[in-house]
Amino acid sequence: MNPLTILIASIFTHNIALVYILGMCPFIIISKNYKTAVGMGIAIIFVVTLTAIINWPIYWKVLVPLHSEILAFLIFIIIIAATVQLLEMLIEKFFPPLQSSFGIFLPLITVNCIVLAVCLFMVLRNYNFIQTVCYSFGTSCGWALAIILMAAIKEKLMLVSDIPKGLRGPGITMIIAGLMALAFMGFAGIITLQ
Amino acid sequence: MPKKQLKRSIKQTKWFKTLTIGMWQDHPTFCVVLGICSMLAITNRLENALAMGIGVTLCTAFSCLFVSFFRNVIPSRVRMLAYMVIISTFVICVDRVLKAYFPPISEEMGPYVGLIITNCILMGRAEAFAIKNGPWLSFLDGLGYGVGYSFMLILMALIREPLGFGTILGYRVMPGAWTNWVILTIAPGAFFLLGVYLWIFRTIAKKTE
Repeated sequence: MNPLTILIASIFTHNIALVYILGMCPFIIISKNYKTAVGMGIAIIFVVTLTAIINWPIYWKVLVPLHSEILAFLIFIIIIAATVQLLEMLIEKFFPPLQSSFGIFLPLITVNCIVLAVCLFMVLRNYNFIQTVCYSFGTSCGWALAIILMAAIKEKLMLVSDIPKGLRGPGITMIIAGLMALAFMGFAGIITLQ
Repeated sequence: MPKKQLKRSIKQTKWFKTLTIGMWQDHPTFCVVLGICSMLAITNRLENALAMGIGVTLCTAFSCLFVSFFRNVIPSRVRMLAYMVIISTFVICVDRVLKAYFPPISEEMGPYVGLIITNCILMGRAEAFAIKNGPWLSFLDGLGYGVGYSFMLILMALIREPLGFGTILGYRVMPGAWTNWVILTIAPGAFFLLGVYLWIFRTIAKKTE
């Protein structure tokens, strides 16, 4: 499949947050503030693309020839944790100004499902290297788009709304996410991904 | 000892409290809203929800047990990585069992089985409870949270499957003239349903933000 098609599809028609419902914990907790959401989104784009690029050769060039695909989960998660740790140390050492805006999100990312999900989907769908790069970049952009939109909506909502008490917090976030998912279904006709 | 007194004394024990706290007072979905990714994605069929619930319960209970066993050996700097390794070992077991004995369910759940690893409940219990407490209590704590979570999965699936597909566990329960509410089988319906559940529960429990 054309890598460009995969890129567009993974941002809009197969948005990982609103169609596959992944990465929901930060989606609820971090989406209170627009600025924080942008920081988290950028951190995710960076980490997801990087770990997918590292994990692809490890799965296809090391695990498959050794017939040890059973270890894939374990290896993927260790690599993700190690990459995040490394990135954290590098940022602390070489780009201290970035630390406050970007670094604080890094520890949270290890347990974010979408990092692992991208690695699992890439294996499941037999993507080649170029497709994997496009897919991981597109997916993380899609997630960032969703959380930024959500944060913007919630900031507006805080100012004007009178939400029933029980629905405040996560409840209303779910309802907004549902409406956004409906809106994103409008893109579905553009491209179909198997 | 009279029956009533016995019942009360069981309720007072530490292990009973540990077991039940995750099922109600500190329910993983309603109170802390954790681990909902896989919950929303796979509850469109009851059989998937059951498989997921059992898988998560076993993984939580046993990973808490093992984290607790090794709690004095794990250096605190790399404890996250240690949890991850322990958790993913059990998830691999669950994945293999599903693949071997229930291939259709495994096929349909796809990557969501592997994503149990990143379910925040497992990591959360390891960090919040198992690293500080003994193996037996940690096991019960994990079990309680797992059961609380499975209960929620079943609750979701029991609404989504009959209304969305007209079936329960594959058997048709709705009348022939029933029009399936397709929206409940896909993402938006899942979001709305969880939103409504959270609303109902938080109104009953007077838990607001």
